[in-house]
Order: sequence, then structure tokens, then C-alpha cells
Amino acid sequence: MKGKDIQIKVCMGTGGLAAGGETVLRAFRESLKEKGIDATVDRNCSIHQVGCRGFCARDVLVDVIIDGEKTTYQYIKPEMVPQIVEEHIIKGMPVEEWTVKDDYRQFHEKQVKVVLADCGEIDPEEIDSYIDRGGYEALRRALTEMTPEQIVNTIEASGLRGRGGAGFPTGLKWEYARKNPSEVKYIICNADEGDPGAFMDRSIIEGNPHSVIEGMIIGAYAIGAKKGYVYIRAEYPLAVKRLGIALEQARQRGFLGDDILGSGFSFDIKIKLGAGAFVCGEETALIASIEGKRGMPRAKPPFPVEKGLWGKPTVINNVETLANVPYIIRNGALWFAQYGTDKSKGTKVFALTGKVRNTGLIEVPMGITLREIIYEIGGGIEGDRRLKAVQTGGPSGGCIPAHLIDIPVDYENLTKVGSIVGSGGMVVMDETDCMVNIAKYFLEFTQAESCGKCVPCRIGTKRLLEILTRITEGRGRPGDIELLEVLSNDIKLGSLCGLGQTAPNPVLSTIKYFRDEYEAHIHEKRCPAGVCKNLLTYTILEEFCKGCTLCAKVCPAGAIVGERKQPHRIVQEICIKCGACFETCKFSAIKKG
Amino acid sequence: MEEKLKKILDEYEREEGNLIYLLQCLERDFGYIPEDAVNWFSKTLDVPPAKFYGLATFYAQFHLKPRGENIITVCCGTACHVKGSERLLSSLTKELQIPSGEDTSEDGKFTVEKVNCVGACSIAPVVIINKDIQGKMTADRLMKEIKRLK
Repeated sequence: MKGKDIQIKVCMGTGGLAAGGETVLRAFRESLKEKGIDATVDRNCSIHQVGCRGFCARDVLVDVIIDGEKTTYQYIKPEMVPQIVEEHIIKGMPVEEWTVKDDYRQFHEKQVKVVLADCGEIDPEEIDSYIDRGGYEALRRALTEMTPEQIVNTIEASGLRGRGGAGFPTGLKWEYARKNPSEVKYIICNADEGDPGAFMDRSIIEGNPHSVIEGMIIGAYAIGAKKGYVYIRAEYPLAVKRLGIALEQARQRGFLGDDILGSGFSFDIKIKLGAGAFVCGEETALIASIEGKRGMPRAKPPFPVEKGLWGKPTVINNVETLANVPYIIRNGALWFAQYGTDKSKGTKVFALTGKVRNTGLIEVPMGITLREIIYEIGGGIEGDRRLKAVQTGGPSGGCIPAHLIDIPVDYENLTKVGSIVGSGGMVVMDETDCMVNIAKYFLEFTQAESCGKCVPCRIGTKRLLEILTRITEGRGRPGDIELLEVLSNDIKLGSLCGLGQTAPNPVLSTIKYFRDEYEAHIHEKRCPAGVCKNLLTYTILEEFCKGCTLCAKVCPAGAIVGERKQPHRIVQEICIKCGACFETCKFSAIKKG
Repeated sequence: MEEKLKKILDEYEREEGNLIYLLQCLERDFGYIPEDAVNWFSKTLDVPPAKFYGLATFYAQFHLKPRGENIITVCCGTACHVKGSERLLSSLTKELQIPSGEDTSEDGKFTVEKVNCVGACSIAPVVIINKDIQGKMTADRLMKEIKRLK
């Protein structure tokens, strides 16, 4: 294989590209060419694009590997490239000031990478780079050495549960479908990652699309499906592109199509683009959408494994679930089950975002505590502020308060405290975040995304939102909290699908743990975190104001008046309470309260 | 127009009769769902227009009105929300003088839209300017970008 001696790997996930990954890659090519090293041809030096390695906040991340020794650079810009080429690649001396420091190692120390093991290492647009690391070995073994029943048993023994949210045992789902005598069956990969604040599936497909495809083929063989679909969000253009390339390459190598690897088994996969409806993450709605209809859920049972796509037995698995499959088949069920807790096996990928220092994509063994995630991997709260809560599970989840962060993260424990593992979004919030506002934010989301089929969800979420809105605007009434609780419980009980059944969770969990904040809004007309605009006023403290005019310049409403070098004043009638002045003032002369 | 529609019809027939796919093609080629196109397909395929509109109004990806030359998409995912996407949105609508209840400026140069989440949460807040994803956005930088496009 070419390029063994010097490898340069540039992060080109969505995060890496947004930070300028493409220009960095080009700069490396040009700079090497200038020095007479043609990286695309030279046997000793090669440049690769790789997917997300998790620490997107530090992008562009670049690995330089010389004779197996890896140096990682962070925050790389094209203009820094010539120096790296000159000093490191030619002279062998890494440019120390740009390399990652201890916090980068700390970010990775507690992580265990199963699904993400090859993400950030392989070129997602090059099938050989996956095969070189053992890719499609599991497929070969599955098709030539194992019966469908053995595969299902292995997956069951591994304890793998659905990573899309509900945590249903994958092996069991496959077993139901396998036993179904129907001639026609389907397997669908659910890549409609709709939870705001979650990007696990996007990163997996962008970084290692073949692992998902391999998992799908194995699943199809196990249940006896000849056709598969990947239902993916159109909002993820890069993932769609790379998946398309990967499918084509897999077809060329004979991993997809007729008589795969001479086993007599035939299977192919088609991409279906979502059209922007959150509810399509729900299985039956997703099926309706693939059939070309409005994505509305229907009552279950019958479950999709009995009657799914076009009335045929259908298995729907999430991206991360499928990406685990090749690694389980390759390494065995026991290897996988060594990670995790009693009932939640393996690892889980989380999107760690919000007010932590180190934001990014992390993979941790089930059972790790939130404290370890936030303070060790995440490096603590930005600006050393106080942690207030962690939101997990997106709009279907809840807010876990700071005093509970020592609970182990697994399906059972998060449910016990009123949240869920969900698809893996984890948004950290500090003392400057208002919990009533967060509840309102999620209800705005679910209310807009409710498909409207069943009344409790359609009207219930609307009423919840109205009440939350009036509370945040200072028009809350005594009894509103109790009303929210009653309404929430009714919506949970009465809704048809998971969207409605979980939509009140953000409200219930914030009331449970932050009732005092609701009370402050309602009774004292005060937002303790200083977020809710209508309950805020900005004033300029004359004794600190130097009259620098900076605030007047940034004020989008033109609400700040005053002469240069004289204390300024905010005209309250014009102020839109955007907080721009508060953030710009260098003399702490603006008071929020 | 008819040329384009015939081409889409060809693609549609390869796609097992999926109307969502058809609408996605229209959106791709025209930037929105033109009424004339719906009527043409309705006749050609003998499918009532209500079917098309039922889908077009259900899915967020479809637009019934032409959109601006420049599309500015503000991500309103949770991470972007806690990092101030709301403020970016309000400064945009103010700067571009977008009438309330609308999403496109009167001169047709800019469309401002919200998206639920683009999954680039670790570089929040995110704004997509004509398909170019830009992270860690500030109101200041955003205004500079807008001026450049004006």
C-alpha cells in the first residue's frame, strides 16, 4: 500500500469543513508540491481527508504521522501549513506551539471507541481505507461461516439495544423479522436524526459510512431482506454525498448486488432523502414517508416487524445501532458486552455541547457518570460558571439537575430521573440558562413538529406552549404550574406516537427540579437567570460609564443615547432587550436585572 | 419550463412513483414549488393537486413562494439556542427589513430561514450562508457577511 511512511490526515467532517478543512488540505498539497514532494504520487507521503474525530471545537485538526508516530495539530489555518511542511515533514521537528495539549488527551482519556474507532482514521470516500482496517471482514464471516440464526443469537448475546432512543433489544427485533415467513422483507436505516443538539449519526455516516452499510447487509442477511433503504435528512448534504459514494464502491466490490461474495444472497440499498419533518423519525411515520405520503404515524400494533413498508415485515434500525454490528460480529458478543452496565451494554455516542469547555462528539461506555463526562471529558463549564443542568434526549428528554450528576448514564437510570438516553444529544447548561425558557424552547419545537393527527398532541402541545409563553412574558397566573402538570400527564397518556408521548418531558422535568424558577417568573415576575426578555431591564450605571459610545454603536435598535465621554442612557421604550450592549461594554457599566 | 418538467417526469418514473421525490426535484430545479408545475403534473399523472399540496405543506423542505437570491439559514438547535441564535435571527430580520410573518426581503435579495438543527452543535451558533456552513457566529460578523452580499 502506498503512503506508509508519512501520512497527513485532515479532518473534513462538517465541523472541519466549516473551519476551513478544504483550504488546509489544498495548502498541504500545494506546499508539498512546491517542495518537490508530490503527495498524490509519491510512495512515501500521502494526504487523506478523514471524518470527524470528535473534537470539532478545535478544528481544523490535522494528524501528521511519520513512521507510525502521530502528532496532532489543532486550529490549523492554511497559512500555517508551509511551516509544518518545512519543519515537521521535511526536518522532522514538530511545530510544538500548534500541537494539541493535555486537554486534548484528557478529552479522549475516558472514552472507549467502538463505533467511532475508525472515524477520523479512515478516508470515508475510499473503501480500501476501511478494508485495510478490517472492514467487510465481518460481512465475509457472516455470509460464509454463519447462519442467520447464529447472527441473531450473537447480536442478542451482545446485549445491543437500539441507539435511536427507545432502547429496544436489536437481536430481538431481528428475531421477530427472521421468523416471519413473508417472502418480501425490508431493512431500513433510520438516519433522520432530528433531535436538535444531536449529530452522532451525521458524524458516523460522514466519517465511516461503510460501517453502517456493512451492518445493514449483515442485518438483511439475518432477517432475509433483499432490499434496504437509508432514510436520511436532506439537511446533511455531506453525509448524503459520502453515503452515495460508499454505496457505489460497495457495489463495485460485490458487497452489494446479486450473489454477494458468492453466498447466493442478494441485497441492495437505496437512499431516500427526508423532506424536513421531525415526526418521520418515528417508525410508522418514516415508512409512510418512504411510501411517498405525509409522514404521519399510525397506531401500533401491528409493529413494522409484522407489517411495515408496503405492508411487509420491516426492521428499522438507527445508524449507530447498525454501525455497531460489524464490530460485534468481528470481535464477538462477549467483547461487546464487557462494556456497559448490567442491562445497558456497550458504548454510546453522545453529542456533548452547550456550556462545556470541550464540545464535540464522544463515545463512552454505558454506566459512566455525568460528572465524568462534564468535568473530565468536557473539561468543566465555560468561564468556570456553575453547572445548572444537563439536557439529554432532546425534545423527548428532560433536564437533569446538577445535584444528580453522579448517576450512571444508562437507559434505566436516566429514565428514573425523568429523562432518557435518547439518540444522544447532551446539552450542558449553566446558571445563565433559564429552565422555563428551555422548556418553552422544546415545546415550540414539538408544537411545530406535531403532525396534527391526534388531538392530545396537536392541541395539547399548543396549550402547553401558550402557558409557558405567558409565564416567560411575565403574564403567568397562580395555578399555571399545576395546570402544566395535569395537561402534560394527559398528553403523555393520550398521544398516538412517541412524539406526543414524550413531548411534555422537558416541562415535567424542569418543574420537578426547578419549580422555584417557575414560581419566580409567576409570582415575582422575575427571571432568575436573566434570560426572559420581558422580565429584564438593561440600565447604564453612570459611575462606570466612560462614554466610549461602543454600546450605542452596537445597539441594533438605536436605543442608547449620550454624548461622547459622557455617561450614556438607555431609552427603555425603544430597547429591545437583546443584550448586545451588555456583552460589548468593556467597563461593566451595564446592569441587567 | 415544460422541458424541465418532462425531465423530472422521467426521473419520477424511475423512482417507483414517489410524489415526495417529484416535489424534491421541483424544489431543486426551481427553488420552490411553482403552481404551474403542480398543475402540469396533476394533469399528466392524473393525481389531484391537493395531493401535491398536502405533501408540500407537510414537509418543511418545500416552499410555495419563490425565495430570495441569497439564503441565510440560522440554526436554531438546542446548542445554538443556548448560545444566542435568537439574537442572530432578530438582527438579521432587522437589518434586512424583512416584513413580519414573511421570510424574504421585499427586493427579493435575501431569504432568512430557521432550521431545526444542522448537527454542527460543537461550533454553535451556526449560520449557513448560501450553503456555506459558518460556525461560532457573532452578530458583528454576520452583518459584515450580509454587507458583502448586498
